[in-house]
Amino acid sequence: MQIEVIINDKAMALRVGKAEFLADALRRYGFCSVRKGCDTTCCGLCSVWIDGQPTLSCAVLAIRVDGKTVTTLEGVAAEAEAFAKVLAAEGAEQCGFCSPGFIMTVLAMKRELTAPSDEEIIHYLTGNLCRCTGYMGQLRAVKTYLGVAKDA
Amino acid sequence: MRNVSKSVPKTDALPLALGKPVYTEDLADANALVVKILRSPHAFARIKQIDASKALKLEGVACVLTHNDVPDVRFTLAGQSYPEPSPYDRLVLDPIVRYVGDEVAIVAAVDEKTAVKAMKLIKVDYEVYQAVLDFEKAAGAASIIHPESDLHCNFDIGMKQMENVVSTHKTEVGDVEAVLAECAVVVEETYHTQAQAHAMMETYRAFSHLDHTGRLVVVSSTQIPFHVRRQLARALQIPASRIRVIKPRIGGGFGGKQTGVVEMFCAIVTLKTGKAAKIVYDRKETFGCTTSRHAMKLTVRLGADLEGYIRAVDIQGLSDTGAYGEHASTVFAVVGDKTLPLYNKTKAVRFYGQVVYTNKMPAGALRGYGATQGGFALESAVNKLAVVLKVDPAELRLKNLIREGETSVTGKTINSSALDRCIITGKELIGWQEKYPTRKECGAGKVRGVGMAVTMQGSGIAGIDTAAAEIRWNDDGNYTLLIGSTDMGTGSDTILAQMAAEVLDAELDSIIVHAADTDVSPYDPGSYASSTTYVTGMAVVKAAQELKQKIMEQAALHLAADAADLVWEREEIRTLRGDKRIELISLANLLVSGRGKMQLSGTATHGSPVSPPPFIAGFAEVEVDLATGKVAVVEYVSVVDCGTVINPNLARIQVEGGTVQGIGMALTEDVRYDRRGMMQTNSFMQYKIPSRKDVGEIKVAFEASHEPTGPFGAKSVGEVVINTPPPAIAHAVYNATGVWITELPILPEKVWQAVQKKQGNEE
Repeated sequence: MQIEVIINDKAMALRVGKAEFLADALRRYGFCSVRKGCDTTCCGLCSVWIDGQPTLSCAVLAIRVDGKTVTTLEGVAAEAEAFAKVLAAEGAEQCGFCSPGFIMTVLAMKRELTAPSDEEIIHYLTGNLCRCTGYMGQLRAVKTYLGVAKDA
Repeated sequence: MRNVSKSVPKTDALPLALGKPVYTEDLADANALVVKILRSPHAFARIKQIDASKALKLEGVACVLTHNDVPDVRFTLAGQSYPEPSPYDRLVLDPIVRYVGDEVAIVAAVDEKTAVKAMKLIKVDYEVYQAVLDFEKAAGAASIIHPESDLHCNFDIGMKQMENVVSTHKTEVGDVEAVLAECAVVVEETYHTQAQAHAMMETYRAFSHLDHTGRLVVVSSTQIPFHVRRQLARALQIPASRIRVIKPRIGGGFGGKQTGVVEMFCAIVTLKTGKAAKIVYDRKETFGCTTSRHAMKLTVRLGADLEGYIRAVDIQGLSDTGAYGEHASTVFAVVGDKTLPLYNKTKAVRFYGQVVYTNKMPAGALRGYGATQGGFALESAVNKLAVVLKVDPAELRLKNLIREGETSVTGKTINSSALDRCIITGKELIGWQEKYPTRKECGAGKVRGVGMAVTMQGSGIAGIDTAAAEIRWNDDGNYTLLIGSTDMGTGSDTILAQMAAEVLDAELDSIIVHAADTDVSPYDPGSYASSTTYVTGMAVVKAAQELKQKIMEQAALHLAADAADLVWEREEIRTLRGDKRIELISLANLLVSGRGKMQLSGTATHGSPVSPPPFIAGFAEVEVDLATGKVAVVEYVSVVDCGTVINPNLARIQVEGGTVQGIGMALTEDVRYDRRGMMQTNSFMQYKIPSRKDVGEIKVAFEASHEPTGPFGAKSVGEVVINTPPPAIAHAVYNATGVWITELPILPEKVWQAVQKKQGNEE
């Protein structure tokens, strides 16, 4: 069936299957930043924004975003790159497979929280798993990016 | 140094972070056939009959392959240098299935939906056998897991095929029993380490197609492209010259991708159909149908004299390799290799035991590779010995550890070690003097304690693995560094470029790194065994030195000067007096496209006769909730000696990541099966890797040593960093609660029950 959706500020008509998840549909339409890591809504890799809210696209049927706005990493490229540079300076992107979902959540957090504490940052990002970095470098990068690091 | 020991960002950092199409699945042909695997519902069975006729009639199905359609030659999927020490005990599809999830049929269709539909139309008739699930009862069990007559071993690994024993191993120096009998104090304990999953974020995947000459091209998320090529040649019975394996960016490996997994399934579909094919394992298959860490049971006996010198180390082991023998004998041997040399006041040491087949998912390589299992057992025993001797475990270690310049009783000479300094620094960072051994009450039924452990690993496989590197000087003055190692995200491509740039006094961005493609890259066994910095790194240094010398010779000719009179400084080569000079870019251009007719390159192959160990001291502070038994890591300190640190930021992240993976192994990660052999932990819902809230604060420090056989004095860092959390956390739990947990993971129920039992005994 066909749905009308605004993806990254552009109106698009997508043909999607009845049981197709948004993550699969987005990848099929070339939004390759969207990754899947678990199929059980545990890992956060597929995080995109639906109407501005960070959402796991592997658990949302594509037909449910009919009439909504979807933002992937490709839609916030400049902002994502600014943070990615901070992340890279820490060496904390590592294999990079979880980075797009992680960055989408970080950028959403920036919009939502003001000068968050370590605990608030960790809580906000808990749904985004990473197996390479051990999270500490990501936390340092987030704090530097948000300007809440002690030495920032 | 200009490039080495600098925290430069990874050269591929931004495309990786920004979701560019650089991974295997992103690069696959959109029209590729989708490959799916029909899997065994039984832990042990023989396929009596398999009927795929209905599936084949389904529109959109390209092929269905059963054991009748594949070559009848056994092979191993272990990524090891030829001849592999792992037994050739696999077929692409075997009429006998040996674990729940073992492959029964390969289905390829135009899309996933059709392939799944086709799988359901395949009719399989099984003769179900009695499965062997308990590895302590596997040896000599009535069921013989590999009864086939064509199983082959390249070496004598002590296999007793009809007894389900894959490998038997013994290392012994001195008379352990006699020395133990003389010891004033002997501690003995049996430890269990569990199967652990790699849980890399990118699951296993590959795609394949035939190129313009009809050669098979396989693009795979693998750590071992050259080994995969050899595996495919044998498994599919085609010449290796007809196969090209390409490794794009990898979304994590941790040793899982050191074992071949999916490549043969899509490759055989491409060979049978002539069409492009792709296979992407979902998370359930990745957990349940690939490999995990070898679960082990290790009984340790330590003997010490009254002065606190450890005189005897005796470890008896049993390892569970599951249905196939990938890395079975080698992981087991490493248990001894990385424990027996660690304490060097010993008079006798021994490690012995066997590896058995069971009807569970096979075990394979995983970061730490036996040192993790051995480290948990040995270090827990050392901590127990310290309690019996009533000495500080840090002091006990400092008194007994092998030191720089010493040779162990097993014959291992340590050229570089800063482990003593690692311990001292770690103690300061965790606040050992204030916190050990005092149990701290935190209120609300919570108590805190600290614990520690040290371990060693290796750097590459001594005398076996060799890596080649080539550096080409291009017409524009840039360099192309060709290597066959496989950056899994650690930044190895970047640090190898840093090394090349250091030798050539070049800017990092003038080094173009190409890896890995078996058609283009020089041979490299791949990235495993903590080898890339140390082995491939040395090959890069040698290749760069050779190229540098050639450039100097050409500069001398061009300048009509004596090569010995020339200096190379950044962008130019000049005479010492400075009267003659030439810009490198001009020389490059002249040599390649002008009158020189000589594009220069440097090539080198390096293998090391030794595998110098990196060392780590790990310190844990935990908080135990006595009401539930839940253990939380408050703080973890890892202090590492990896020789010279080539890129401090990237090394630090490796230490932090490995420490967290070790914390996961210590506390929550557990591959479990039900009574029928079904894996119960095949999703992130049941298999709990640490999240951000589970790791406390991790502090990292380096104590550099200089390894004379390594590039710029470097050793390795990738594996050793996972090893200390299990024993250090178990020790911290003891110091907090008074109970030793000897079976990983340290789940709340185990702690709670042990505490209850202890209190019961005390009352």
